[in-house]
Amino acid sequence: MNSSKEAIIAAIKKNKPGKLPLPEHPKFPYENNLIEQFQASIKLNGGLAKSGEGIDQIQQYLNEKFTSDQQVLSLVDGISGNFEIGKVKDPHELEDIEVAILEGDWGVVENAAIWLPEEKIIHRALPFIAQHLIVLLKVENLLGNMHEVYQKINVADPGYGVFVAGPSKTADIEQSLIIGAHGPRSMVVYLME
Amino acid sequence: MAKYQKPKTRSKMKTTPTHAAAAEAFLKDGERSHWHDDTLWHVRSKRDVAAQKIPEWENLRNNASQIKDYVLSNLDNLLLQFEKNASENGIEVLWAKDADEHNQHVLRILEENQVKNLVKSKSILTEECGLNHFLEDKGYDVVDTDLGERIIQFNKQVPSHIVMPAIHLKKKEIGDIFHEHLGTEAGADDPAYLTEAARQHLRQKFIQAKAAITGVNFGIAETGGFVVCTNEGNADMGTHLADLHIACMGIEKLIPRAADLGVFLRLLARSATGQSITNYTSHFHRPREGKKMYLILVDNGRTDQLGREDFRNSLKCIRCGACMNTCPIYRRSSGFSYGSTVPGPIGSILSPGMDLKKHSTLPFASTLCGSCTDVCPVKINIHEQLYKWRQVITKEGPSQPSKKWAMRFGGNVMSKPKLFDMMGKMARKSLTISPRGFIYNSFNAWGKHRELPEVPKESFKDWYRKNRKQ
Ligand code: SF4
Repeated sequence: MNSSKEAIIAAIKKNKPGKLPLPEHPKFPYENNLIEQFQASIKLNGGLAKSGEGIDQIQQYLNEKFTSDQQVLSLVDGISGNFEIGKVKDPHELEDIEVAILEGDWGVVENAAIWLPEEKIIHRALPFIAQHLIVLLKVENLLGNMHEVYQKINVADPGYGVFVAGPSKTADIEQSLIIGAHGPRSMVVYLME
Repeated sequence: MAKYQKPKTRSKMKTTPTHAAAAEAFLKDGERSHWHDDTLWHVRSKRDVAAQKIPEWENLRNNASQIKDYVLSNLDNLLLQFEKNASENGIEVLWAKDADEHNQHVLRILEENQVKNLVKSKSILTEECGLNHFLEDKGYDVVDTDLGERIIQFNKQVPSHIVMPAIHLKKKEIGDIFHEHLGTEAGADDPAYLTEAARQHLRQKFIQAKAAITGVNFGIAETGGFVVCTNEGNADMGTHLADLHIACMGIEKLIPRAADLGVFLRLLARSATGQSITNYTSHFHRPREGKKMYLILVDNGRTDQLGREDFRNSLKCIRCGACMNTCPIYRRSSGFSYGSTVPGPIGSILSPGMDLKKHSTLPFASTLCGSCTDVCPVKINIHEQLYKWRQVITKEGPSQPSKKWAMRFGGNVMSKPKLFDMMGKMARKSLTISPRGFIYNSFNAWGKHRELPEVPKESFKDWYRKNRKQ
């Protein structure tokens, strides 16, 4: 059963070149206006980032945009939905979620990637299966680039974690960009002071 | 130090179509080949814009290349470290020497778990192993969920590009395919409409699937986890709903530390399509409670390539596709003309290592303009390796009729006027745009002691035609 492992390791030992050094992690300064840069980045990814709005305005937006017969799931304190995640045992029960409201840990302004570890989404499927996604992010948790965010997070802490940088999209038909391939058809980020 | 190892001859076919012959067929449809060329050049241009926005781009490429050098020089230890950490995380790690063993592992897992229907996200490795056909022959329902892959699966084709699998098809053709398989309106070819139809169709498949298969973009030795990148979210839709997740990974996909992802993720999507990152970058370390996660580590010729000093660098490849988008031959001849899972410049280095006879014309499918080397995010010396394969193939000696293959390529070009014109135009073009460094570098003997003559703007034929009219 393990003979393949032994064969592969032995072949590598025989064939690999002499040991070469592992370089240090690079650091690159980042001075741009973080909020504006984040907004520009997420726009390119097909999403939208708003700043200067509070919890009340988000709740108002939800009330206006979604009707009471649509499932609204909020994992953010102070924002109420109509779907109780506590009773969900199987992620298939999330199938009809219209909008999920989540809070991100860190945001990277060079590409609008937001780190969502498992504990912030409860069910791994949630940020994908919802028809629309709203993510809150503290402005103080904006970082310049990917090097910085990997210094902040421990990727192995959660069993699963994902950088979400926009809605689900595809360009597989003649390179035409279409938002809403399998997952969310929109993503709005609120940058909170 | 390991020397060049002669690749095995695996093909059973007596004659394999040469790249030139296949390209000639594609070029017959002039309008399509122009369209294909323009589409890919557009992607290449987006890559340039994205790369130019990053002042430290060259530093990143250097760093990525050095990390991969380290990985290749320490691959045995890193794999063992990876296996140990992944196992401690609750991931079952399996090893496969070749494609067949890989497929057998998948089959056994499905049998053990009594799963019949599965969804799959994009994985070049499973294409390489022929997994879909293997499972379908055994009665499994395998659904490719990447939109491009689903299209070509309906169309009974293989990907013509590693990042954009259906790049060879026009929306009209996709409309026809969807009309037949998904019941969309006849003649409808609006990409938004077609994508919505695929969304509805695939959502059902995600909901029903009991197993999900994904590829792996990066395996992290230090933490025993792995990363999968998509824009559509299809890998995640599949894995988070299914009871078991099988991840298939080439042994060269390893990186030492999680923080190395900072470098690779900055390079990958920008090089691939000009995006700053894919919209989803998922880090898997442990299965969901009560669920199962398997990871299959596949060799399938990679350790042989590691032993070929001149070609081992090709194992640094992160499958961004940039070398394809920029290649004047790929753009005009399409991915199918290569007859290998990974087409384009990098495929023309990897494939001869798998089966020299079958792929002996691929290293000649290049103008050696060096543009591939220029754009490669991990700094693989692609065009130099192509040149080296040519020497190997030409030198193979009388036992291998390889010289004939090389001549056959030349002969083919000469005998096919359209192809000859195309190669000539490309050579003239590439000479005008290639940096001097590529023409006057040490490997290029004929560039050493002379300046290049000014490149004629038109071929003799063009000139003759124009002047005769006057
Ligand atoms: S060889 Fe380089 S440019 Fe080509 S696909 Fe691999 S990483 Fe990308």
